[in-house]
Amino acid sequence: MITILLFILLMIGPSLAFGQGGPLKKATFLPQWKPQAQFAGYYMAKEKGFYKRNGIDLTILQGGPDRHASVYLTKDRTDFATLWLSTALRMQESGQPIVNVAQIIQRSALMLVAKKSSQIRRPEDLNGKKVSLWGDDFQIQPKAFFKKYQIHVRVIPQSFSINLFLRGGVDVASAMWYNEYHTLLNSGLDPEDLITFLFHEHGLNFPEDGIYTLKENFKKDPALSCSFARASLEGWLYAFSHTEETLDIVVRQMLQAKIPVDRIHQKWMLTRMKELILPGGTPTAMGVLQPTDYDRVAQELKRAGLIRRSSDLNHFFVRCVEDVSK
Amino acid sequence: MFRNRGIAFKLILFFLLSSGVIFSAVSGYNYWFSRKTIERNVEDNARSIVLSTINRIEAVIRSVQKVPENLACFMEHGSCDKEELLLLLRKVVENNSEIYGGAIAFEPRGFDGEPVAFAPYFYKSKGEILFSDLASESYQYFYWDWYQIPKELDRPDWSEPYYDEGGGNILMATYSVPFYKKGEKRLFRGVVTADLSLEWLQEVVASIRVLQTGYGFLVSKNGMFVTHPLKELIMNATLFGLAEREGDDNLRKIGRRMIRGESGFVSLKGAAFGKPCRMYYAPIPSCGWSLAVVFPEDELMADVSQLNRTVIILGIAGIALLVIAVVYIARSITRPLREMARATGAIATGNLDVELPRSRSGDETGELLDAFRYMKESLKDYIRKLTETIASKERIESELKIAHDIQMSILPKIFPPFPDRKEFDIYAIIEPAREVGGDFYDFFFIDEENLFFIIGDVSGKGIPASLFMAVAKTLIKATAMKGIAPGEILTEVNRELSQGNDSCMFATIFCGILNTRTGLVLYSNGGHNPPFLLGRNNEVTPLKMGKGVVVGAWEGLAYQTEQIRLKPGDGLYLYTDGVPEAINEQGEFFSAEQLRRKIGEFHGASIQEMTVGIMKEILSFSHGAPQSDDITMMMIRFIEKSKSLS
Repeated sequence: MITILLFILLMIGPSLAFGQGGPLKKATFLPQWKPQAQFAGYYMAKEKGFYKRNGIDLTILQGGPDRHASVYLTKDRTDFATLWLSTALRMQESGQPIVNVAQIIQRSALMLVAKKSSQIRRPEDLNGKKVSLWGDDFQIQPKAFFKKYQIHVRVIPQSFSINLFLRGGVDVASAMWYNEYHTLLNSGLDPEDLITFLFHEHGLNFPEDGIYTLKENFKKDPALSCSFARASLEGWLYAFSHTEETLDIVVRQMLQAKIPVDRIHQKWMLTRMKELILPGGTPTAMGVLQPTDYDRVAQELKRAGLIRRSSDLNHFFVRCVEDVSK
Repeated sequence: MFRNRGIAFKLILFFLLSSGVIFSAVSGYNYWFSRKTIERNVEDNARSIVLSTINRIEAVIRSVQKVPENLACFMEHGSCDKEELLLLLRKVVENNSEIYGGAIAFEPRGFDGEPVAFAPYFYKSKGEILFSDLASESYQYFYWDWYQIPKELDRPDWSEPYYDEGGGNILMATYSVPFYKKGEKRLFRGVVTADLSLEWLQEVVASIRVLQTGYGFLVSKNGMFVTHPLKELIMNATLFGLAEREGDDNLRKIGRRMIRGESGFVSLKGAAFGKPCRMYYAPIPSCGWSLAVVFPEDELMADVSQLNRTVIILGIAGIALLVIAVVYIARSITRPLREMARATGAIATGNLDVELPRSRSGDETGELLDAFRYMKESLKDYIRKLTETIASKERIESELKIAHDIQMSILPKIFPPFPDRKEFDIYAIIEPAREVGGDFYDFFFIDEENLFFIIGDVSGKGIPASLFMAVAKTLIKATAMKGIAPGEILTEVNRELSQGNDSCMFATIFCGILNTRTGLVLYSNGGHNPPFLLGRNNEVTPLKMGKGVVVGAWEGLAYQTEQIRLKPGDGLYLYTDGVPEAINEQGEFFSAEQLRRKIGEFHGASIQEMTVGIMKEILSFSHGAPQSDDITMMMIRFIEKSKSLS
């Protein structure tokens, strides 16, 4: 029922704002990583014409390690990009004014994973272990986690593969629940072989992918940003209810980008996305950045000395979508 | 139901069932055994293919491993400047055909004179040896698996296969050997690597053929498909991903065993490989990858199934032949039997001239047929003789009947015989036995007043008795006509009959002469049953008389004449021994005593009613039981002189 309400809201909104026959506005969007089911909603919104219906002629740029979303955004090479909330807050701190027009991933998928064979059961057991961590913003939550449990670990840099962990080069590795964790499972490790520490379960829920645009661009055309946000959310809802069709599109995107395709892996990712984007299972607060989450991330970043102050939520987050849950 | 079936049916059923069971057992065992044998052979074959392929791969891999190992050893013990190092590395890549590229990657400040990172890399591209320094801002080699894993593990390691994005998108794996700075403390300085193109490996594995469509595939330590006939699986999917897609837990378990470096033979029932398959897998020891061969179960069983089909067809043909043979044998047994059954039916209806089947063999059926033919002929002969006997017997019987009729015809049958004589009444009745008997009676007037009457019974039966009786009767009549007393008559008749009586026949005779005027009866008895005297007042008494001997047996006998005077109304009841000796079905005699009682019961009746009534009593007593003797009764009643006078 609520889904239907939201759909109606999403579809009526733009038609009120622009009408049906207006000229399409050109816009670009850069996902923060290579094509995969992590961005299925945007692909589907484009595929199903949701952006067009919202008056946008959208080009989705191909993300990857050589195209940093933050850089593209600041240099105005893209109109919209997805960023982690922590990344966005640090960008603001460094004087790059951006706004969040929709918080897509509500729940942090970042986790630490260890083999039970290394005798790790509780966070405290990590003390003195070799832990591989990704760089930059991927280290904020782990470090807060180590502080919280007063653990001292040997940090090893982690690159793109999880093989160092698989071969036993480290005791603990970083993983995204929707990605590397499944890679581990599909490399022959059973869930029973593994012990996981999902940060959102340890009071460190950092909302991840959100849609950002430069503040000045937003001010020029607020309706465009909100139309983009709404169409993207619509795309996500479509993706969740049309799994196979969505996977077809995701696979096509990956093949175009010449990336190895494992459909099963993408299916896992899409399924996890639904849980991360709609944590309660209902789209009542879909796309809304919750003040508690915002405050928590800001506070943890301040504590880590990464930012000194944060702006008011209302200056950072634009409510293009109503929080239906309230 | 089964019981009523013919011999042929039972034979066929029995042979069909028993040979079917035997055949099923034999072909079942044959199938099982050949299946086992083929399974074992194919398993051995698969195992030897896998192991020999592994040996080939292992040989190449080991030779490749030697190169960076030697170079690492040199890095630890030798010393050279940058120019010499580059030349050495270039030569190594150039001189080892299996090696696609090689690098020596140093830790920061690991090489003299280089400030941060130094990683010279030579690789082959289109026949040329090209150089590249891997140390760049965009390619931070410190964090790559080929550098990080041997560093962290402190030992050489094969990387997971990867596509080399630089030189022609070739599938490769890198062998990295860490090297250290010798001294008090062993210090990690960097790694020496050799890139191995996996294209030759793909060709080696692709050349594996088991049965028709069986193939080989190789998975990495992560279970990633390195080679597989399905190109889309290579480097895209792991065995575990395949297991997840098909929901095949068994395949996942097998995959875990494979990446653990185990070997084994397994059955794959799931749809992961299209259809049920067998798989043998074994590890490549130096890199920990696993080589497997997969072949469909139906192909494995194709030869056995073919053999089994042939065996079944042969078996069915054999059983069919057997059935035909059984039908033939059964026919050869049952056809004569059926014909004999038909012939027997015909014989039973009396047709002894029916044609019998010809016996063609000397077996039991033939013997039975011969015996049957002999029986038929004997029967025919017997019946012919029997027919003749019956015919002659019937002729004799008919003659006897004529004789009997003649005999009966000589007895007076018309009653009343003397309608004009009212002074007495006489009635006689005879019930002849089946055979011609010897009873007789007679009465006639010898003059105006005297009525001669006689009842007799000739000994024996049949024609002789009948003839003797006729003779006796004629003789008695002739003698009686002389007008002599009954004793003399019997004496004379005895004399005549006894003369030349070689056959010793005789007769019991009672005869008398009633004077119809006076009622005086002169009588004489020759061994006959004494008649009953019936008084007017219904007293029944045996007639008193002396003992007389049977007539005709002995010569020279003299018979007494006795007399009695009948009062008007008195009567005499004469009978032969057929009366008291009349027999019923229970073998009881009618008896003289009962006769006497019955006579008494008929008081007041006329003599005709009396004799006929008594005869009815006797017949109802005997109730149709065949009588051995004639039953003869005669009754005389004296009425009144006055009546006769008037």
